[in-house]
Amino acid sequence: MENVAAMRERVSTSETELTTDEARFASPGGAELPARCYRIRSHGNSLAVSEWGDAEAPPLLLAHGGFDFAQTFCRFAPLLAAGGYRIISWDQRGHGDSEHTALYSWEADMRDALAVLDTICHEPVPFVGHSKGGSLLIQLALACPHRVSHLVSIDGLPSRSAQPDVADHERTSRFAREVAGWLDHRRRSALRQRPPGSLEDLARRRGRMNPRLDHEWLCFLVTRGARRDADGWRWKIDPALRFGGFGPWRPDWALQRLPSLSPPLLGLLAGQREPMGFDSNLEDLAPFLPRHTEIERFEKAGHFIHIEEPAPVANRILEFLKS
Amino acid sequence: MTPIEDDESDDRITWLDHSKTRLALHLLSEGEGPPLLVLHGLGESSANLRLADVSAWPGPIHGLDFTGHGRSTASQGGGYTCELLMADADAALAVLGPSTLHGRGLGAYVALLTAGGRPDLVQGAILCDGPGLAGGGSRPTGPMIPHPDPQAADIPDPYALVELARDLRPSDYVTEFVRQALEHSQVDPPIIVSAAEDPEWLHSVADIPGIQRASPTRALTLYRDRLHPAPRLSHPKR
Repeated sequence: MENVAAMRERVSTSETELTTDEARFASPGGAELPARCYRIRSHGNSLAVSEWGDAEAPPLLLAHGGFDFAQTFCRFAPLLAAGGYRIISWDQRGHGDSEHTALYSWEADMRDALAVLDTICHEPVPFVGHSKGGSLLIQLALACPHRVSHLVSIDGLPSRSAQPDVADHERTSRFAREVAGWLDHRRRSALRQRPPGSLEDLARRRGRMNPRLDHEWLCFLVTRGARRDADGWRWKIDPALRFGGFGPWRPDWALQRLPSLSPPLLGLLAGQREPMGFDSNLEDLAPFLPRHTEIERFEKAGHFIHIEEPAPVANRILEFLKS
Repeated sequence: MTPIEDDESDDRITWLDHSKTRLALHLLSEGEGPPLLVLHGLGESSANLRLADVSAWPGPIHGLDFTGHGRSTASQGGGYTCELLMADADAALAVLGPSTLHGRGLGAYVALLTAGGRPDLVQGAILCDGPGLAGGGSRPTGPMIPHPDPQAADIPDPYALVELARDLRPSDYVTEFVRQALEHSQVDPPIIVSAAEDPEWLHSVADIPGIQRASPTRALTLYRDRLHPAPRLSHPKR
């Protein structure tokens, strides 16, 4: 059984050739493909890694959110790299070009994050994570305080609960529907495939969950995060993964761990609500923020602050990393 | 998910293609009427089960090997949670139809989740002692990234052993499943606590009105009598 962290394989990620008509989506303004793509093995699974910037520059670990992939940072990561960093990001298992696995869990994602970090260096490096990637890196920083110099969370700080107040019986029946719906999904997932469509169909579908991102950008994401099969384009993400869900974890637990964080923390909050947003609010967070914390709220941006306002976000982070 | 009859080995195993896992569902004993599905403990498999514990059951008795255990396939690099094992049990119910669950240790916790998750398919759940009954407790301990033993054998999957021993079982979460079972199960009581070990999650289950405590033997007899009523002697009216 292979268990030791990771070994590099110089294998390129899978790419689909674009038709003449689709080629207009290949490079939206400001987007820059990674300077280096390769694969590492983490606990037997192949993970796709993307890097931007000078290979000799100081490293920075960048983690994407759920249902995203490393190259959703194509506009944001080059700006951090221009500040003098080697940016390393990876596709989480089941996402982008990384291997699909039989099971997915938070702990498995944590081990993969550590496996990626182990291939970079053993000195402390800055961690920057968006959404679920922010939560992952907060936990990685708590588990391995000796491996992190600074921590930046982009709309990924714990939130007390996104669930509105509802009556007890309503909460229970909602819970029952969630569990049964998930079990039904699991029963079907051996046979399930993501639905095919044209490149622009996939972009429009994603737009329902990412309503604030423009169509041109979403089309670009399709060129990186989807592939063309005989019957059309399909997102590469494992169809076994499902949005939302249930489980024993309580958001309060993440909140209560925050004060123990050792690196300086920069938390970026989104001012505009949207489907995938964390809705973290400063009032809930305040009692739990560690001493060296800076919070900045981007009033006009939604959950994808770094895609909506890449330059201000990158500049704010670079300034914070100098502290 | 499709049942596949394995042609090369044991004809008492039905193979279930469940997501990317191939699950082994063993027929442990034949019988008539509603089936009993036995769920093993952490690190065990259906091969370890003592049939004597359940031999009073008149219907067919099946044992499911959870993902990463026994003859079922494992998940490369882990990712195990009890919720995913509940889906394993649900895959077996999809084939067996309504069944009574008999769970040991980890299997007891999974039986409870399944009783709440599929109250229409679970005709009573008996929660017994066994490996992995306590799990990781009700609250997280300090954050850490546990690694499995690199020298360990492939099955039981060392990732399963590490992850399922740390699985969190907060009382308020467990209670939601009990509520579902109480509200929608057609069998009364929907759950019987038969374990002597008393971890917090199980204690809170047993405290809920409508849930009984009984020895494993008594619990099995109780469900047998409810689901397999003895044939009545007919007395022709005069």
